[in-house]
Amino acid sequence: MATSPADSRPYDLAVIGAGPAGLAAAVTAGAAGARVALVDAGPRPGGQYWRHRRGDNGALHHEWSTFQRLRQGLTDHADRIDHLAGHSVWHVERTGDGFRTYALHSAGGDRGGDGDGAERVVDSRTVVLATGAYDRQLPFPGWTLPGVFTAGGVQALLKGQGVLAGRRIVVAGTGPFLLAVAAGLAQRGATVLGVYEAGRPTAFARHPVVVARNGVKLAEGAEYLATLLRHRVPYRTRSTVVAAHGTDEVTGATVARLDAEWRIVPGSERRLDCDTIAVGYGFTPQIELALQLGCDTWSDFDGALTAFPDSRQCSTVPGVYLAGEVCGVGGAALSLIEGELAALHAVHTATGAVPDPAAVRRLVRRRRAQLLFADALYEAYPVPLGWMDWLDPGTVVCRCEEVTAEAVTEAMADLGATDARAVKLYARPGMGLCQGRVCGYAIACLVGARFGRGPNVDDLRALAGRPVAQPVPLGTLARTVEDE
Amino acid sequence: MAGSNRSPDVVVIGAGVVGAACAYYCSLAGLSVTVIERGAIGGGTTSACEGNILLSDKEPGPELDLALLSSRLWEEIAGEMGAERLEYESKGGVVVAASAAGADGLRRLTAAQRGAGVEAVDVSYGEVTELEPNITRDVVSGAYYPQDSQVQPVLATARLLQHARARGVTVLTGTEVTGFWRDARGALIGVETNSAEAPVIRAGRVVNAAGTWSGQLSELAGAPVPVLPRKGFILVTEPLPRVIRHKVYSADYVANVASGEAGLESSVVVEGTRAGTVLIGASRERVGFDRSMSLPVLRRLAAQAIAVFPFLAEVALLRSYLGFRPYCPDHLPVIGADPRAPGLLHATGHEGAGIGLSAATGHLIAQVVAGTEPDLDLTPFRPDRFEEAIG
Amino acid sequence: MSGGASFEFRFDDETIHAEEGQSIGAALIAAGHRSWRSTRIEGAPRGLFCGIGVCFDCLVTVNGRPNRRACLMEAMPGDQVRTQEGAGRGDLSC
Repeated sequence: MATSPADSRPYDLAVIGAGPAGLAAAVTAGAAGARVALVDAGPRPGGQYWRHRRGDNGALHHEWSTFQRLRQGLTDHADRIDHLAGHSVWHVERTGDGFRTYALHSAGGDRGGDGDGAERVVDSRTVVLATGAYDRQLPFPGWTLPGVFTAGGVQALLKGQGVLAGRRIVVAGTGPFLLAVAAGLAQRGATVLGVYEAGRPTAFARHPVVVARNGVKLAEGAEYLATLLRHRVPYRTRSTVVAAHGTDEVTGATVARLDAEWRIVPGSERRLDCDTIAVGYGFTPQIELALQLGCDTWSDFDGALTAFPDSRQCSTVPGVYLAGEVCGVGGAALSLIEGELAALHAVHTATGAVPDPAAVRRLVRRRRAQLLFADALYEAYPVPLGWMDWLDPGTVVCRCEEVTAEAVTEAMADLGATDARAVKLYARPGMGLCQGRVCGYAIACLVGARFGRGPNVDDLRALAGRPVAQPVPLGTLARTVEDE
Repeated sequence: MAGSNRSPDVVVIGAGVVGAACAYYCSLAGLSVTVIERGAIGGGTTSACEGNILLSDKEPGPELDLALLSSRLWEEIAGEMGAERLEYESKGGVVVAASAAGADGLRRLTAAQRGAGVEAVDVSYGEVTELEPNITRDVVSGAYYPQDSQVQPVLATARLLQHARARGVTVLTGTEVTGFWRDARGALIGVETNSAEAPVIRAGRVVNAAGTWSGQLSELAGAPVPVLPRKGFILVTEPLPRVIRHKVYSADYVANVASGEAGLESSVVVEGTRAGTVLIGASRERVGFDRSMSLPVLRRLAAQAIAVFPFLAEVALLRSYLGFRPYCPDHLPVIGADPRAPGLLHATGHEGAGIGLSAATGHLIAQVVAGTEPDLDLTPFRPDRFEEAIG
Repeated sequence: MSGGASFEFRFDDETIHAEEGQSIGAALIAAGHRSWRSTRIEGAPRGLFCGIGVCFDCLVTVNGRPNRRACLMEAMPGDQVRTQEGAGRGDLSC
């Protein structure tokens, strides 16, 4: 049975996601006098950036004081902000006078896990999507062995759980996040055998103005490098892990040097003796709710499917605002700014309350500075298409359905599939539990490559559209009676 | 090759399962064929079905006759290609009745179906639970149809065209028919397309197999058939081990008091797949081509499925998909030559039975084109029957 | 770090030590387990991959309920966690 709040008017805002952007949005909106539903799958706020367990004192986290301030803000405005923790949103749609958000509550209450409790329906005049992003993956031989983790997974274990993912760890992929992960591990006493960055981030040096403005950010990066030096962790560019080895778990990795297209430089392969590989190739937005709502999406400059906001943080659908990494990866500082801006504009739309123009100008200025930095930073980490050379025919490319590279090729060569949607129907990549989140980008690349192009937006969308964003028990679906 | 696709014997418009079957059988009969598809192979309604090849849900009549022929032909196709190549499975169907009235109605139906040549076995409550251990215990009796079968629709379509291509058939995807050419007497002599390489294709025979869009196409050809879309959702669960062995649905007796009509109303079909997911489908809505999600409809599907298999309450919905099933006002397909436009044939309007009926449709179309006596009387399916009804 | 109370839960026939607030996945990894299920088709071992609930690799059966994401589910004293074969639900298999 859907529970309606005691006050059954729609909320002014439904903010989906309680990471930096969502928290900033909810608190800003609450402070502006709006009624907010903050809907978040996690049992505690913080998203990924401030992911923590019960009792965590924040010692391992960045800007914990900011998080505490925002968390306090939820409490301060508790009469206006309903924090629906442990509520996993599986569908959002437009209604006559706004939006309806469908969420599944986790039956275990506080313990997280899976939504097998009641359904909760939230009506609101506007929606702020702050659903964040997650590590993008490129398959390679052996990547399904236990002991291969995403860089984010290793970070979540360390920061959120106080657990080291393994003993001898190789960090590989592309992007500044690898440095943060490796430095964190090294500080904790893990043996980090090396950081293998596939790209060549000296390209960053081409934007000195941006670097000068963002001294703090650069200092953070330099700090990580200093940590790595101190712990004697090698940092290699134009190199990455191209294979993992082992029978039932990782016992070794092959690293190799790459050319500018990310093809392996012949003869450069080296075997490393390790038990853990942390890998990530940038981040990709959690985009399915934006797609459900009909927001336009494009390919970001690093190829990830993204919904871009306008200057008011509004998507192409009126009333749907975007904030944080869901609209382009750019770091926590940018997420906080975008959350505030999105909230001010959403509140204006919902209640007519005009935001203070000076405050808006300040936020816009800070956003511009952060965006420039993000552009420069992420431009240094594109994903060239030579990575597909690393694959063997038997390499699993869809982890959930265990679909190999060969099966994907056959779908096109033998069965005449000409796009990712058809490949999905013939060979089933993207049809498993994760519904294409992990393999989507890789499949789009493989399809594009066959037709002499990079991954295109249609193919990315074919693997990113999820009308059911989280698995919903059929009984829950059947039991809910909606108010019309 | 380039010459033959400029002037084949037959142009088939639509590379869904019906168009593919037409191309398959026409090429088998020695005819040269070009298939024109504006999207991707099997990309329309074919990709939004369950893959049912059913006899169980049809009362004696022309559709059942078509289904009997088609079921046999699918078996032949599977035998020839190898069943795994299209994931063909003769898994059988189980229909259950939850009320005495429903049980009576079902027994009357099976008797009539047996008279028409269907293997329909009346089964007791005990036998039902043996056939389907996880089924609801709220069952009075049931019927078992060993001939009900399953195929993976998009794969089957791809295989049919793969074989057709091996016999010289040309398939043009991403190409749309923009017009029809007729000669002075009104006979069809070709089609115009939006393809730069093949702007005109001359053919003496053109088959309208454009599924839900065949109504629009038929108007373009000056020989309209009233094909409309019926929206249907299908639910897909998380993967499971084999928990449902057959195609299963419930059928209960419904009395329409006002018109004095009474008949069986069936629920959605629930079945397992090779991949381990359970499919639940399909809903029925007449809302034009509206692609939006309809949660109340999904909830009703879920409830109907749980009524047949209670364990599904704890099983997660993973995704849903929707398709537009092409239907005609009398709920019979349109198959055969159109006297209003000599040279034009239609192969469409199969509503929710397209996959199952496609093999027979393709076979019959090929017979008509080749000048052979069709294996079935096509009168009930004639394209110009709607004008008679009006006129 | 945080000095939370520690407790125990069962993983198959083994006793696993966990700290307050830890996820089942984290506790299993800390105890040296890297896999706790086998895939449906190949029977290949899988454990934790993304750690944030996106990839659905870390599925395990908890207190009789299959397909729980171990990276999201907080461990509780007395939990019985079991290795999962394929999709779980072997009891319904027919």
